[in-house]
Amino acid sequence: MKTLAMAANTFREAIRDRILYLLLAFAILMIGSSRLLSLLTVGAEEKIVKDIGLASISLFGVATAIFVGVGLVFKEIEKRTVYTLVSKPIGRSQFILGKYLGLVMVLAVNVAVMTFFFFALLLAKGWMDAGLTSAVVLIFVELLLVTAIAILFSSFSTPILSSLFTVTFYIIGHLSWGLLLLAEKVEGEAARFVCKLLYQLLPNLEALNVKGLVVHGRDVPLDQVLFASLYGVSYTVIVLVVSVIIFRRRDFL
Amino acid sequence: MGEIPIAIEGLRKTYKGHLSLTSREVIRGLDLKIESAEVFGLLGQNGAGKTTTLKMILSLIFPDAGTIRIFGMDHKSVSIRKRIGFLPENPYFYEYLTGHEFLRFYGQLFGYGRSEREKRAARVLERVGLAGRGDLALRKYSKGMLQRIGMAQALINDPDLVILDEPMSGLDPIGRREFRDIILELKARGATVFFSSHILSDAEAVCDRVGILKDGRIEVSGRLSDLLSSKVKAWEVTFTGPRFEALVTNGLPGELISARGAESLVRVDGEPDLAKLLDAVRRAGGSLISVAGRRETLEDLYVREVSGR
Repeated sequence: MKTLAMAANTFREAIRDRILYLLLAFAILMIGSSRLLSLLTVGAEEKIVKDIGLASISLFGVATAIFVGVGLVFKEIEKRTVYTLVSKPIGRSQFILGKYLGLVMVLAVNVAVMTFFFFALLLAKGWMDAGLTSAVVLIFVELLLVTAIAILFSSFSTPILSSLFTVTFYIIGHLSWGLLLLAEKVEGEAARFVCKLLYQLLPNLEALNVKGLVVHGRDVPLDQVLFASLYGVSYTVIVLVVSVIIFRRRDFL
Repeated sequence: MGEIPIAIEGLRKTYKGHLSLTSREVIRGLDLKIESAEVFGLLGQNGAGKTTTLKMILSLIFPDAGTIRIFGMDHKSVSIRKRIGFLPENPYFYEYLTGHEFLRFYGQLFGYGRSEREKRAARVLERVGLAGRGDLALRKYSKGMLQRIGMAQALINDPDLVILDEPMSGLDPIGRREFRDIILELKARGATVFFSSHILSDAEAVCDRVGILKDGRIEVSGRLSDLLSSKVKAWEVTFTGPRFEALVTNGLPGELISARGAESLVRVDGEPDLAKLLDAVRRAGGSLISVAGRRETLEDLYVREVSGR
């Protein structure tokens, strides 16, 4: 109940921020303009429209998750609103989870609006297929994880540093499969072990990326979607637990 | 109630700089007990550790050593906060919310249902003089209005313990009078009020007891009636006619505080000196306007304790 009250307030804060609407409008514009871009590429119109559409949903979602997420906790401390909140009968874990859920609600609305325009465009052209829904679901799972990472950094660092860390984490997350390749190439057991350990520790965001398959009309098996979602959600839960542990020990000066 | 609202023993807090290279011990073994249904004023210079102490009580920062018990429970307990109201110094709230929305949101944090929240929000808005302003966004509130809405959120749960950090700052004289009334009302209904202030006249007007914080410890604490001498410390005499400078040439004691036109205000210590001054004024053909005895004030006590004068 209290966590939901925090979440609802975070949601309200975000939807009263004009920047969110700008981002959303820009994303819808991108999806719409993909039709124009596709005209330039003879014979691959459908692929281009799907590609740009999914990329827009993903990128604008990630941008919102990072740039709203890194300020969420920091702003409460910087503007000292945290003083009156934390002195109310609400645990610090409820505070963090409330902030997190609030932003997830914002992202859910964002992704739903973008997906609505995207699917409407595809339906009009008769290009709609079921795999696209799997891609959007996994994009949303990725956003759950990126938001948790942003909140984690925001619980002990400034927004600029948190943005930098979260973007780095996002990029590494998409390249972490390279560590496995590296493990095969490097000399020495220790180096191989470090590569494999890092691969296990860092999030594998490519596991949540089926955009390439879907755009090329390939099927994404349901168990792959479920397993990837479970992986993303589990990783998110671990990151949130770490955020709560850090936040519970923090002094609000 | 029966339980002790706040009991602090051996409290210590050191602030560490970056990478713990520098450190400053702000609270050094603070002991304090606040009794039920009393108004206690925590006084001290800027940087004496008043806000740090309040924040530790509220678990906004954590002590390095010592214990804090609120109504007999550990201060970190979340449930004990149902009985506490807190107004921070220079409060800042979500500017995108209206006064009503803000109070309804804070009501939710206490787990109140919708109608209960509405009722409480309306009542506290009225109490702090913001009735009719609840639909205005907080970004349009003046500093004094923010202080009032801050007090409103501190009272929304009818707290048994109200902790206020510099509650009078940012208020105009009428606002200060109203806040003093609120504090006295809280006491009258059995609540305990613990507040920090450097506005001594406000503290003197409402406190049952005060504590003066110096170098991270309570230097002196007690009932104002015990701490301040009830004896008249000095006399202030206002008269017209002779100039004070002319009177002092005859070896008359006293200190001229102000002179406006033919009127002089002079302070003398002790009754023998008062008698001499009155006699001198009469003999010089002057007329007496007033004679007032001046007792020791909280300000005198504060200056004596803080600066050692």
